[in-house]
Amino acid sequence: MENVWKKFKEIVRSNMRQYAMLIITVVIMVLFQILTDGILLKPRNVSKLIYQNSYILILAVGMVLCILTGGNIDLSVGSMVAMISAFSAVFSVFWGLPPWIAIILGLLMGLLGGMWQGFFIAYVKVPPFITTLAGMMLFRGVNNLILRGETIGLPQAYITLASGVIPDFLGSSEDLHMTTVYIGILMAVIYVLFSIATRTNKKKQGFEVQSTGMFITQMVGISAVINLFTYWLALDDGLPIILIVIAALIGIYTFITTKTTAGRHIYALGGNAKAAELSGVSTKKVMFWVYANMGLLAALAGIVFAGRLNSASPTAGDKFELEAIAACFIGGASATGGVGTVIGAVIGAFIMGILNNGMSIIGLSIFWMDIIKGLVLMAAVAFDVYSKSRAKKSV
Amino acid sequence: MAQNILEMINITKTFPGVKALDRVNLQVKAGEIHALVGENGAGKSTLMNVLSGIYPYGSYEGKVKYMGKECRFTNIKDSERVGIAFIHQELALSPYMTIAENIFLGNERQKMGVINWDHTNREARKLMERVGLREKPDAMIKDIGVGKQQLVEIAKALGKEAKLLILDEPTAALNDEDSDHLLNLLMELNEKQGLTCIIISHKINEITKISDQITVIRDGATIETLVRGEDEITEGRIIKGMVGRELVDRFPKRTSHIGEVGFEVRDWVVYDPMDEDRIKIDHVSFNVRKGEVLGLAGLMGAGRTELAMSIFGKAYGKRIHGHIIKDGKELYIKSVSDAIDNGIAYLTEDRKNMGLIQIQDIRENIALPNLKKMGKYGVVNDNVEIQEAEVYREKLNIRSSSIFQNTGNLSGGNQQKVVISKWIAAEPDVLILDEPTRGIDVGAKYEIYTIINQLADEGKCVVVISSELPEILGICDRIYILNEGRIVGEMSKEEASQESIMQRIIQSSSDERVAQ
Repeated sequence: MENVWKKFKEIVRSNMRQYAMLIITVVIMVLFQILTDGILLKPRNVSKLIYQNSYILILAVGMVLCILTGGNIDLSVGSMVAMISAFSAVFSVFWGLPPWIAIILGLLMGLLGGMWQGFFIAYVKVPPFITTLAGMMLFRGVNNLILRGETIGLPQAYITLASGVIPDFLGSSEDLHMTTVYIGILMAVIYVLFSIATRTNKKKQGFEVQSTGMFITQMVGISAVINLFTYWLALDDGLPIILIVIAALIGIYTFITTKTTAGRHIYALGGNAKAAELSGVSTKKVMFWVYANMGLLAALAGIVFAGRLNSASPTAGDKFELEAIAACFIGGASATGGVGTVIGAVIGAFIMGILNNGMSIIGLSIFWMDIIKGLVLMAAVAFDVYSKSRAKKSV
Repeated sequence: MAQNILEMINITKTFPGVKALDRVNLQVKAGEIHALVGENGAGKSTLMNVLSGIYPYGSYEGKVKYMGKECRFTNIKDSERVGIAFIHQELALSPYMTIAENIFLGNERQKMGVINWDHTNREARKLMERVGLREKPDAMIKDIGVGKQQLVEIAKALGKEAKLLILDEPTAALNDEDSDHLLNLLMELNEKQGLTCIIISHKINEITKISDQITVIRDGATIETLVRGEDEITEGRIIKGMVGRELVDRFPKRTSHIGEVGFEVRDWVVYDPMDEDRIKIDHVSFNVRKGEVLGLAGLMGAGRTELAMSIFGKAYGKRIHGHIIKDGKELYIKSVSDAIDNGIAYLTEDRKNMGLIQIQDIRENIALPNLKKMGKYGVVNDNVEIQEAEVYREKLNIRSSSIFQNTGNLSGGNQQKVVISKWIAAEPDVLILDEPTRGIDVGAKYEIYTIINQLADEGKCVVVISSELPEILGICDRIYILNEGRIVGEMSKEEASQESIMQRIIQSSSDERVAQ
């Protein structure tokens, strides 16, 4: 028994950072669950949390890549959100294009904007801070130029993307969105099968794998979480379309950062730019594409946000860049680059989201909300720096 | 007889795994120019760092006596306060500030935090006159040459009323004219104003010209002190003191199987990236045979690293031209990844800053240049990656908890083995190893020599750059000697000795002087 405890302690210690983040999330959730008299985790509010934070989440996924390259940030994403919302109005309302073409054009505009910045950062060597500060003014200006200070309503397709749920094909129960429940079960099955396949493959090649007990516990635990979550959503209106988009993004970007050459090159650049260059990494290309990608994701966030507001607006995206940056650092990204994960950034964004949502349910004034968010960011990064300096000493 | 201004008695300084100084003694008389000579890594700079308080009291053993009193400096300010000024090889000037500002940086002519500019400029002008610097006090440092910058450093030291001036390789970056000017200035300051100097230099001809006493350090120990007027002071005599060690069996034996020429560089020219008119590599040509270990010898700043890095995908330099021929075919290499694809690998001399990603583990570091081979369509197969890392951890005996250990936590020798692994895994035909054993202990050095031998036995072309002549002599089949960006000699293993190599370097420097 003592052995098991020792081992447990060792596991906790070596994974301190990851666990710390999850524990903090749970603590904050429990805290607000109590403070809000149980409103926080009501199905209706859980859906709302997803809708409200979708665009920050999308931005954080792109931002964490920028930060990975060496603590570089993109200050222009809030303005990019605004500019793309304005272009959405141009394409779908002024020009009357079909929504899906308008959406694709909007994404392309974002990619172009990102490439513009990437070019200056990677090839002209203007520091990212300054390039994106300029972009922040530039893109906001373009928004104002197009909208002339007016707010313009958008077609239904935008609204469905941002706030719609999948249709209930298998609808039979009145209170329960059955399709959502089945999707949850399907996801869990896919997850289990995939994990087993990976494990068998590893075993075949003679690599160490976790013990069978641990493995099964993990399987059961994660399947339960997935199903509970989808069941919860089914109690409300069902699976939000935007959640599918976000899940796909998290999947794709986690894959890119952990499994591909491109991802490795990003981490290598942030870990030691000179060593990366002398190992054949084209650091300029990496920089360029990271910022181009940020433009693309900011455009997606812009489209989603415009849909959420039902309109293109001159003030869209105000301070989004700061929320996204904060999410990444709360999620464990290092301010000097090379350390951080997509999942971490997502959790960071959720922590911010729960704070926002919880505090507004309680009816805290907006001034207090900013103060508390500031303190949380400070504490998260201070803890990170402190735990790292301790880890170094112990070696 | 003048008395000693400085006595360093039985100084011992240990770094993890290395004894850098072993009971070193140094006596400097008031009003003399005292030269400190020795090979790279002999411990000269370490000794001066002890003296100036960079290594604080308590981190070394032994006594430092200055002006008859024992000193316990805990930082550089302490030593400056008593009049010891240290001018480093890399100048510590702020490029976007003026000469006057730099002279009084940290020593401002001020009252209550407000700088008195008239006073500053007046004093600066006086100091500049003393060092013979003809510039305006408000000229910016970046706009004056290195030679003049060196003079600013000296003026700065005089402004702090230095009595003992330490100069680390003051002429390394200077051309001959500036060097002569500087040396004359030092002699003048010494004779007329009684300034005591300690000068560290590799340029033996300069040393013989200006110094009153010469202390030779070798392998962290004082070998001898030569006194002008008593001992014979010639270049030959000093070199003998510097290198005269017996070679024990520090190198693994190898019978070379040398094949045809596998790699050749012709008429290679590289310019300084900072100053595009300054030539760094001047029409260098060399070749390496398959199965051969080729040495590139030379002093610091001879251009060996610059040569290697410019060949390795133009990682250094501007306006590069020349020919690279591998297996009889000319290569056109534009980037580092081109070089890797063409079977060329370069191991950097600066392991910590340019070789390793210290926050990543052994596996990731080994994989980095080889990701293309470790998967398909840009997706890395982590099973292959882990297997590769395990192979090299085993083969090169990288002592670590697992391949998932961060490389920042490994010892110097094991870090070096990781970097070597990364390049062996790239399966190159040509390996350029720049200072492969720098800063690692003797045991690990032997292991690395063994690896180098194995690589040569596999028929690879191996180029070793090293500042340690015994190492070059111990492991290379053939040696090129570089000086000031040019190849000044080629010797077979049998012809080469430390004396002959040093002689060749010094000769080439003085040849050039005559030519000019």
